[in-house]
Amino acid sequence: MDHIHLKVQTSVVTPSDNLTLGIETSCDETAAAVVRGGREILSNVVATQDDLHAVFGGVVPEIASRRHTEVVTMIVDKALREAQVALADIDLVAATQGPGLVGSLLVGVSAAKGIAISYGLPLVGVNHLEGHVMSNFVAPPGQPPPAQELFPTLCLLASGGHTSLILMNWFGHYKLLGETRDDAAGEALDKAARLLDLGYPGGPAIEQAAAGGDPQAIPLPRPRIEGSLDFSFSGLKTALARHVDEHGVSGTGNVADLAASFQEAVVDTLTRNVAAAVQQHRVKQVIMAGGVAANQALRRSLTALGRSRGTPVAYPPLELCTDNAAMVAAAGYFTVQREGPSDLAMDVFSSLPLTH
Amino acid sequence: MPMPDATVTSDRLVVHTAAPAETQAWGARLGARLRVGDFVALCGPLGAGKTCFVQGLGQGLGVESPITSPTFIIIRQHPGPVPLCHADAYRIASGEELEDAGLTECLRDSVVALEWADQVPASWPQDFYLIQIAFDNDGRRLELSARGEYPTQVVSELADAYSGN
Repeated sequence: MDHIHLKVQTSVVTPSDNLTLGIETSCDETAAAVVRGGREILSNVVATQDDLHAVFGGVVPEIASRRHTEVVTMIVDKALREAQVALADIDLVAATQGPGLVGSLLVGVSAAKGIAISYGLPLVGVNHLEGHVMSNFVAPPGQPPPAQELFPTLCLLASGGHTSLILMNWFGHYKLLGETRDDAAGEALDKAARLLDLGYPGGPAIEQAAAGGDPQAIPLPRPRIEGSLDFSFSGLKTALARHVDEHGVSGTGNVADLAASFQEAVVDTLTRNVAAAVQQHRVKQVIMAGGVAANQALRRSLTALGRSRGTPVAYPPLELCTDNAAMVAAAGYFTVQREGPSDLAMDVFSSLPLTH
Repeated sequence: MPMPDATVTSDRLVVHTAAPAETQAWGARLGARLRVGDFVALCGPLGAGKTCFVQGLGQGLGVESPITSPTFIIIRQHPGPVPLCHADAYRIASGEELEDAGLTECLRDSVVALEWADQVPASWPQDFYLIQIAFDNDGRRLELSARGEYPTQVVSELADAYSGN
């Protein structure tokens, strides 16, 4: 199937609108969004603490498929309302089918199936990693997306759960060049924050603590895997743990130095592999995705790399770096154009490789 | 309710490993003996090598997909001749949440390896393997122990093989 069959029923939208409802429940966030033509974000809703408290009355389960179950309908309604459309206006329903926590994924996929069946809509399963890549190609109406259509584009996806280098030859055409062999970059930052007693979420806490610290203060390794674009962060985490174990943490200045040194080691390691991939694959553009893409030191480092190589570097705004459903709607839109809709009996997957 | 130190009634095996590859090798030795429904609790500080041990466990089980830290994913399932469910309680506040995430279902059709297991002692089944890892000079101290008939027997076998009996 080469195109989406439109099913427009109200006067608010026009037949060219091609509205996709996206649903994301692969991990912590419950999110829904409406995206027009795979490009324009009409709404992008992530359940907030207030939303959760409204449903749970104060005792919010930290991580639970039950949390998604109770909240998903409300978040879908909110996304439709903010986009000023009704379910009857939607042309396609997209949901993340992996990778992620199976119980959580099932909540989003089941909600999507219910809507698809009730309204006779095509359904499409989305790879969460492809979604992150696509977050660079969407924007609110009237605004240009962060990335240009320059291929091959290299995406550095770095979050709590993932650290991957993805070569994108066109929408839907990806090659995984490297990934972490142990801890994800965001996880390393989060655990370093715990070692330094900086609180949660650890990524932003490390960044804040690192301001004013000397990134050369403590020698930390830059783990490298010879002949590969894979990453390894567990040795770096262990090095910090051992340093803290042996020397302790004394005073704010020391914490700032440790945070700055650790952050710099993570940023250097990510940048080094991006630089190698840019060279090896004649990359025309570098994009970033995932929560770690919000880190200013990483943005500066990759921007400097891009300047020295004459390669544009783009990254999404914060709300599109972290898990969201606009990216799922966009990825779903392009997947359906390429492959047609998914079967209504589609399954969810704890691990799901990026293919094509 | 099983608690890490108190309830271990079997033989225990204590070894020193000098490098991650050695920690993995002990994981592989244990993994080769595990059966569907077995539960492996891993305890130890940040950077001790819990994921490293589970990577070896996966080798022993014949799991082919790469094993990486499940801290943010909570539960990652690895298909194989004996499937492995790799779980992590680091971000979990209560065992109820881990069960909600599917831990109980995992025990029905796979081996479960749970990192930061000491955070959720109430979620441990009756029988278990307990792997405690600590920093030990430049290497690691690994302590393997067990509760239950089969796990106890497996740890004894490993201990015998190690001591050359």
